[in-house]
Amino acid sequence: MNRRAFLKAGSLTVSSLVIGVNSAEAGTGLVNLSEQMAGKALVSLEVSPLVILENTGKIILMAHKPEIGQGTFQSMPLIVAEELEVSLDQVEIRQAMADKKFGNMGVGGSYSVRGEWANLRKAGAAAREMLTQAAAKTWNVPVDECYAKDGKIFHKPSGKSLPYGALTEIAKTIDVPKEPKLKDAKDFRLVGKPSKRPDIPAKVTGRAKFGIDAEVPGMLYASVERAPVMQATVKSFDDTATRKMPGVRHVLKAERKMYKNTFQGVAVLADSYWAALQGRRALKIDWDNGPHAAFNSTDITTRFKELAKTDGHVDTSKGNFDEAFAGAARKLEAEYELPFAAHAPMEPQNCLASVKGDTVEIWTSTQLPDDVQKETAKYLAIPPENVTVHVMFVGGGFGRRLFLDQVMEAVYLSKQVGRPVKVVWTREDDMAGGPFRPATYSLLRAGFDAANTPVAFQHKVVAPSINDTQFGSKDPAKRQDDGAMEGLKEAPYEIPNLTYNNIFADVPVPMGWWRAVYSATTCFAHESFVDEMAHAVGQDPLAFRLNLIGKNVRMKNLLRFLRDQSGWEKPLPAGWGKGVAFWQFFAGQAGHVVYVSKTDKGVKIEKIIAAVDCGTAVNPDNVRSQIEGGTVMGLTAALKSALTFDEGRARQTNFHDYQMLRLNETPPIEVHILPSSESPIGVGEPGLPPAAPALANAVFAATGKRIRKLPFDINDLG
Amino acid sequence: MAVISLIINGKKRTINTDPQMPLLWAVRDVVGLKGTKFGCGMAQCGACTVHLNGKPIRSCITPVSSVANKKITTIEGVGSETRLHPVQQAWIEEQVPQCGYCQSGQIMSAVALLKTNPDPTDAEIDQAMSGNICRCGTYNRVRKAIHRASDLLKETALTTK
Repeated sequence: MNRRAFLKAGSLTVSSLVIGVNSAEAGTGLVNLSEQMAGKALVSLEVSPLVILENTGKIILMAHKPEIGQGTFQSMPLIVAEELEVSLDQVEIRQAMADKKFGNMGVGGSYSVRGEWANLRKAGAAAREMLTQAAAKTWNVPVDECYAKDGKIFHKPSGKSLPYGALTEIAKTIDVPKEPKLKDAKDFRLVGKPSKRPDIPAKVTGRAKFGIDAEVPGMLYASVERAPVMQATVKSFDDTATRKMPGVRHVLKAERKMYKNTFQGVAVLADSYWAALQGRRALKIDWDNGPHAAFNSTDITTRFKELAKTDGHVDTSKGNFDEAFAGAARKLEAEYELPFAAHAPMEPQNCLASVKGDTVEIWTSTQLPDDVQKETAKYLAIPPENVTVHVMFVGGGFGRRLFLDQVMEAVYLSKQVGRPVKVVWTREDDMAGGPFRPATYSLLRAGFDAANTPVAFQHKVVAPSINDTQFGSKDPAKRQDDGAMEGLKEAPYEIPNLTYNNIFADVPVPMGWWRAVYSATTCFAHESFVDEMAHAVGQDPLAFRLNLIGKNVRMKNLLRFLRDQSGWEKPLPAGWGKGVAFWQFFAGQAGHVVYVSKTDKGVKIEKIIAAVDCGTAVNPDNVRSQIEGGTVMGLTAALKSALTFDEGRARQTNFHDYQMLRLNETPPIEVHILPSSESPIGVGEPGLPPAAPALANAVFAATGKRIRKLPFDINDLG
Repeated sequence: MAVISLIINGKKRTINTDPQMPLLWAVRDVVGLKGTKFGCGMAQCGACTVHLNGKPIRSCITPVSSVANKKITTIEGVGSETRLHPVQQAWIEEQVPQCGYCQSGQIMSAVALLKTNPDPTDAEIDQAMSGNICRCGTYNRVRKAIHRASDLLKETALTTK
């Protein structure tokens, strides 16, 4: 419910206490906005919109982030409920629509819980303190004789109590505490315990509404024939056959703005999606393929290999690598090749937009509701408050829905035809349309002294820049991006002479943030090569890593935890091998041990043990879910399809040639959460990066075959 | 265009549509049941799974005219939140869904499996469920939930006896 609807509904009978913290503002202080509300029919207190207490007893907690599968629809309200002293079955969780009052509504970077933890607790605690004071005032007793529990305030000496609803009116007259007292972690009732997600019943009965399920009266369905070559433009098109087809209403040139790029297509708008699709297939389009019609993966690999010989930009440097490497008693060098990838969320891109004059209403699956509002406003040159964004359940994000091109496309078409338009992409549109995970190419070198101690280490990363392809400058001097070096900066290994180089690679294809971003590829190279180093000096790969970790106590503890939970030191059955990898980056930290057994020509994954240090695990069962999912996505990228280019276009178009790991191929995955009372850190992405290198390291241990290129065929190692 | 009668979740629906339109779009956009999902359009992912006379089919490649007057069951016909099917109950107990988009199809495949094989082995689950893709990677939980649903069905059978 938006603010206006809320006021309207509540104006006659309901008095509300709205409290919370606006995390977007520079100060996260709590502000009493009751003054601003003066003169309106509803007398209420609004600090910020996250917590709504009605005098009917209803407690509404706003879910101000989209639910993309990561569980924030529950985990964030749960944190508020913890401090507010209510159980989850006493509250109504309501999905917020885009509104600047909610601050940053975006979901990405495994950020939601770690970023909002303090603010959410403060919001719940402030409400609890105000209600406690209201009760003390009502009973005329000292406030420290009162306490909150299960949605009521109790007076300790007398045992009497009042529910929150009965205290709402009086609580409105109390100043919002600037620094409410937060609970001690030992008193947590909800945080740290597995709890069931409230979105799941809707998702098992088909009732959950995703972007693709939105509809309004009078809407048209659109299907867009897209440029076959990236950046191709429409010279002309013949829609004679299309226009004769039943149900087809409009055929027009379409545009799709994705940050700095605008892509062209021809849209068919019809009464049904099927009719739009049939009409699209009957189009005859003459394309100008532009300068990138010859772009292909073979050339890219050749170019990346050449670039790896250069030094690019030195991102991190310690000691003197060149000197130490030149003088090393033993040297090791290897190159690793990681492919482009598509996000391939199960829900293809879609958006329903209705442009009426200078207002727009949008229903979509997005990771960035507030940016949908701002970018649409900018695109149409209208005020952001004229853009209403309905935040739907999201059928998978993985970074793809941090891009708003599907929204811009629907907005453009609706504006052109003056009717609501729902654009639904085919799987082929989604798979081949980009943006794609950047391919990266790594060159690594290590030098050991005579005692087999590593003394020199280099990792060069050749990578296209996401930022450059999306926002970049045309000025070559400005085209540098150290984003590709995420994770390496946090690498816990201490080697006295070390360099990390970033080598910029230009590509004519839009790149995108894909789950775990650059760590999804660079961790494979880094953690495989560290494994090569351990084997080169005949050491146990896990012990070798432990010895190399210096000051990073947290990572050392995580690796020891993983060692113990995985049974690393136990003897293996004949024909088995084990591999380990772990990784720390902006999103958080996790590690895997993979056990494989030899088969005829390949290996079988017997089991995977993952360990994660996520600080306080808000909902441990959901943490496990996220790590399981990250592991599966990591294995999929390691074992199934690469996204490749030929003649300027993505070669893979659907799940037959861009394959996903399936249930019958998924090994048992055990997830262990390192006990911790630190503040939460991310769980959405950390389960992905170490899965593939741990697997490849296990393959080496079992078979002696070193995997330096993904994907690889687990059934035939060649 | 043709007038076609469908029996969806026990109710007769008569629609006027292109006979070649896939059942998926007829169910979603003409009949208005949105629980069945579009994933690939070529029977590769299983998100659109519905039952035809109790057997799982891919509605995205099934022309609507080919199922006229035959019994179709969609996720909405399996059970509601107040009357859950044991498979749905098990899905909640094991907290299977993440984004949830593929789960209607997963559940339709699982319900069909348990109907013919109430106590499937892991190998039989592999066989029945490998046509359903989940990009969130909930497969281990899907497997556990099918075993759980099998137990629930046995308990229900005992109580009814």
